[in-house]
Amino acid sequence: MAKWIERQKNVVDFTLSSLLRRKRKNAALLAVYTLVVFLLASVMFFAYALKREAAVILGDAPEMVVQKTAAGRHELVPLSYIERIKDIPGVAAVAARLWGYYYDPITGANYTLVVPNNPPQPPGSISIGEGVARARLASEGDIIEFKAYDAAILNLEVKGLLSPRSALVSSDLVLVSEDDFRRLFGTPKDRATDLTLKIRNPREILTIAVKIAGILPDTRQILRDEILRTYDAVFDWRGGLLVVILAGSLLAFIIFAWDKASGLSAEERREIGILKAIGWETSDVILMKAWEGLAVSLSAFLVGILLAYAHVFFASAKLFEPVLKGWSVLYPQFRVTPYIDTAQIAALFFLTVVPYTVATILPSWRAAIVDPDSVMR
Amino acid sequence: MRKSRIFFLYLGAGLLLVILMAVHASVRRRQDGPSLRETAGLVTRLQLTDLGLFTEANYTRHLSQADLHTAFQEGPFSLEHFPSGAIAMPPRGLKRLNGQVD
Repeated sequence: MAKWIERQKNVVDFTLSSLLRRKRKNAALLAVYTLVVFLLASVMFFAYALKREAAVILGDAPEMVVQKTAAGRHELVPLSYIERIKDIPGVAAVAARLWGYYYDPITGANYTLVVPNNPPQPPGSISIGEGVARARLASEGDIIEFKAYDAAILNLEVKGLLSPRSALVSSDLVLVSEDDFRRLFGTPKDRATDLTLKIRNPREILTIAVKIAGILPDTRQILRDEILRTYDAVFDWRGGLLVVILAGSLLAFIIFAWDKASGLSAEERREIGILKAIGWETSDVILMKAWEGLAVSLSAFLVGILLAYAHVFFASAKLFEPVLKGWSVLYPQFRVTPYIDTAQIAALFFLTVVPYTVATILPSWRAAIVDPDSVMR
Repeated sequence: MRKSRIFFLYLGAGLLLVILMAVHASVRRRQDGPSLRETAGLVTRLQLTDLGLFTEANYTRHLSQADLHTAFQEGPFSLEHFPSGAIAMPPRGLKRLNGQVD
């Protein structure tokens, strides 16, 4: 065993010296390789952590939301629908929600105005999310001006600030009283934005949704399960622009690595020839090349995932911010909780380390089985 | 020191850092528990349905509440132009409600 270990050490010594002889080329390869692993791992960490966080946070979202539609658009729902839905067996409670969007021309931001029921917001006051406070430079006691649907001005006093810890869901929220909401948007007293339902038996949700669709054909039902699945799919690596960007970088890397690994340079070919001439076996040459592949790919993998972890969970995925932010003014300042999917890391390992190592070994094996004399010529 | 020794020490340090990464993640998850519960409490209290990640358009702000028409806004030829529309996928429930759409 000791002999075997010593042999490996000798081969590694030789491999590292060989790699250091082509310092610049290998350093460039390592840098690109690390960058690709870093990017892939960052996306994986961020998407998975956000998915898990969404599942935890939205686990208590309304079991069902009922919205009225007219001409393919969401419309205010009559409060009389509440009684009709309540009569359906299995429905435990129905509540009306009042919420809407308000465009603030001063900041160019869209606020989400929500009327809380428990406890209700006192009339004349608002509670604002972290993003709104940041955009308006507002703090408790400040007055914020809102322009109503009829151009009347409503001055609402900031009575509370929503915790920055909940910024992921509350950054753009403005909590207002029911009276102020109706005054602001001209919402009639007998209408609400939509309805939320509590269902006694979760297994009956779909049946109840179908019943509501039958009784109230001008409504659409959104189930909690669908809400959760929406966030499961948002950062899915298979969807959206993300996959295009990643596929591009990955393909570029594959070409780069394949070129480097599969096509041996004349110098490398001569090196193998000399080694064979001085008595190295083909298996020794393959072992050396395997260590070379492992040294490069394992280094890139380890450094790549460590940097990705630091980027996502210490630096709040700053590099992704411009992409995620888009045109949003109120992008929440949040810190993702680190949920790590070991299966994804294992997949990343097998996708990056194994192919590169194999791609390094194959051409050297081809060079090693040729007569040393012809290789050196 | 032999190069192989330095290399193995380096690999060992890397693996140790990966293990520490997992430990750190577990500690942070425990630390973030109260904050996540607070956020979940706010979701329950206000009956919220969505994360406020993309606030630029109503259908990206409330992804799960979006329907097939919102992306077209006020005109049928007004095609999707918000950057987050390229990242966020349409809600899964749309297929159940609208069937096959071309």
